[in-house]
Amino acid sequence: MRAVNDEQELYDVAVLGGGNAGLCAALTAREAGASVVVLESAPRHYRGGNSRHTRNLRCMHAGPSHLLTESYAEDEFFSDLLRVTGHNTDEVLARLVIRGSAGCPDWMRRFGVRFQSSLRGTLHLARTNAFFLGGGKALMNSYYAAAERLGIRVMYDTEVVGLDVDDGCFRAATALVGGQSVSVRARAAVIAAGGFESNLEWLREVWGEAADNFIIRGTPYNKGKLLRLMLDAGAQSVGDAHECHAVAVDARAPKFDGGIVTRLDCVSLGIVVNTHGERFYDEGEDFWPKRYAIWGSLVARQPDQIAFSIVDAKAVGKFMPSVFPPIAADSIRELAILLGLPPDGLEATVARFNAAVRPCRFDHSVLDDCRTDGLTPEKTHWAQRIDSPPFWGYPLRPGITFTYLGLKVDEHAQVLMDGGGTARNIYAAGEVMAGNILRKGYIAGVGMTIGTVFGRLAGEEAARHASR
Amino acid sequence: MPADELIRHGQHVMTVCNACRYCEQYCPVFPAMERRLTFATADLAYLANLCHNCGECLYACQYAPPHEFGIDVPRTLAKIRVRSYEDYCWPRFLAAAFRRNNLLTGFGLAAGMIALMFAATLVVNGGNLPRPVGAGDFYAVVPHDVMIALFGGVFLFAIAALWIGTRRFWRDIEGAAAPARDVNALVRALRDVLALRHLHGSGEDCTSAEETRTPWRRWLHHCTFYGFLSCFASTSVAAVYHMVFGWQAPYAYTSLPVILGTAGGAGLLVGSAGLLTARRRRDPSLGDPAQDGLDQSFIALLFLAAFTGLLLLVLRERAVMSALLIVHLGVVLALFLTLPYGKFVHGIYRTAALVKYARESLTV
Repeated sequence: MRAVNDEQELYDVAVLGGGNAGLCAALTAREAGASVVVLESAPRHYRGGNSRHTRNLRCMHAGPSHLLTESYAEDEFFSDLLRVTGHNTDEVLARLVIRGSAGCPDWMRRFGVRFQSSLRGTLHLARTNAFFLGGGKALMNSYYAAAERLGIRVMYDTEVVGLDVDDGCFRAATALVGGQSVSVRARAAVIAAGGFESNLEWLREVWGEAADNFIIRGTPYNKGKLLRLMLDAGAQSVGDAHECHAVAVDARAPKFDGGIVTRLDCVSLGIVVNTHGERFYDEGEDFWPKRYAIWGSLVARQPDQIAFSIVDAKAVGKFMPSVFPPIAADSIRELAILLGLPPDGLEATVARFNAAVRPCRFDHSVLDDCRTDGLTPEKTHWAQRIDSPPFWGYPLRPGITFTYLGLKVDEHAQVLMDGGGTARNIYAAGEVMAGNILRKGYIAGVGMTIGTVFGRLAGEEAARHASR
Repeated sequence: MPADELIRHGQHVMTVCNACRYCEQYCPVFPAMERRLTFATADLAYLANLCHNCGECLYACQYAPPHEFGIDVPRTLAKIRVRSYEDYCWPRFLAAAFRRNNLLTGFGLAAGMIALMFAATLVVNGGNLPRPVGAGDFYAVVPHDVMIALFGGVFLFAIAALWIGTRRFWRDIEGAAAPARDVNALVRALRDVLALRHLHGSGEDCTSAEETRTPWRRWLHHCTFYGFLSCFASTSVAAVYHMVFGWQAPYAYTSLPVILGTAGGAGLLVGSAGLLTARRRRDPSLGDPAQDGLDQSFIALLFLAAFTGLLLLVLRERAVMSALLIVHLGVVLALFLTLPYGKFVHGIYRTAALVKYARESLTV
């Protein structure tokens, strides 16, 4: 830090974080007449936080439209949420998000956001989720272009390193811009800077050395700085710091920003072994959404946080192609050597598995009757002998999507402080407060719903506060 | 096409895209890609020629450079596209022409043709340019039979070269056993071609920069394309007039050949000038800068042909007509000679790719 350049301007609203929630807050506040500045820690190309990796938004709706098929009522949405969170949610805030979701697509379109047509929707989500045409980066491009049109000031490469908060009252944020320290003053602040999943030191504090083997699926810029600064300033937390959402990704994925293409879903078509060449969980327990959500933490609990998915020729073409080529061999022994597994151990595991597979009718689209008999652990569905070369192996690692620890907020998106009061002019939106609604588990597209609904709410409330 | 660095990069790009699929509703490239698990050179040639270079997928891409995956679909497919023109080119030794085709060689060829025709005319006429007795008597300058032989020959050669190249492309992407006789597929593909449906991805206009969509590229392309067709129709009608009815040029300003030619010439003039300007305003990362010359050469020759043709029409009763006619014919000759080795072929290959795409979509 060389010099302190105090910005002369006193903004009505400072939005700290330039992802989906931040931009929704900024656009709403600007339309309400506020002067708005957005501080984004990433350079322009990587702007948008984890939103640039998203694809859709879960949306309540009464009837079919060209975006969504059939209908998806409030109570069904809410019960889906209860199911994945194990009833670990705040009903008032959750219902606020669900009701707010109905108006989101029309609001988003006003800023140039485009959607896919539901006719060719993917992943069987055409009924519940509206897909952004081109995905989350295209969405963020539309929002940023709208922000520019409306006269919102966006500062890229601007990392907030300090907050001037006194007794729950925001005065200014200190940010680093090109090595220079800048103070940005505003009448109200919206915290929308995500979780701490890309802060490797923080991850190590929570998970110990195992964290070194985690892959961060999203942006390297979600370091949780604002979360930490707010907690230090006396904000109430919500969610367990030890909880994170992790899926199994290809171990060859880049450390950060690998996004969607590193996920791997051939687990159910074969077996998964750890570094000793031993199976450790029922690969055929359930369908993709459930499987997707648990295999990250299953792998994280194995030695060296690595596992290997092994399939044979029968699996080819039955799963979404991975971006990395399979490691292929003509025998199990050879495959074990290529994967660095004990050859005798893997051969024995496969032989035991093959011997336990019952005769059945394989059907990957239902929970079929292909199961093992007498194994620990059993494979309860889709169990077929692994006997047709070539044999394929994929190394798996835990890939962290997001962390659950967040700031507690009320139904005005206002941050709650220790002792029960609310912060006077500080609001939170997006991943940094998603823990209020989702303390564990996940359903596709709900992160963007929370970000959009709470982003708009926070922007509206912040602008109203500033105009007082 | 050897599996070299370009092809390997193309395979890398399509493999990442196929694992992502966020762009699947922009255009036919992505649905066609999703039907495949691996990408052989012929698959890439097909996908590259399906791409209309609207540019949307570059800005939407979470893996675009500087991301370490370096996914640049528009530029990579543009490069593979030209490579496919070279690979299927007939005769093969002229494949190099695609790399050397630029404003300089295009204008040079036109100048050469003009000089050659001037020389021939002077020799035949004892060192003088003929001065027609009747106003607008083109055949007094270049006899009808000479025109027919010269242009008919060049035209037939161009058609043959294009036909052989396209057949090679088709066999490579679709296999020899698959003739394109599926009427539904042909109708659908033709409709997509004539409307340039995929140049406005998802119903919106083509991008020229991030979040900048304009209709101009499509409209200018329509002017050029239909202008070209109209000029072609004008010549065909004139040929029928001459050969069937014995009506000789020049035709009246209100005659069908002149009306078609004038409208076509105007379309070409506006379209080509506009396309040349529009491409300079486009984000260079959407294309392959190495192909600038190839694009410019074809568009510039179209412009010159239209310009000299219209000038000839206006000045056909003046003394300068003899010289103008030779200049116009020289330019048109150069244009036709370069048709199979220039940007023109994109229309043919893309049409073939769209026919295959329609067949694939209709057989599900």
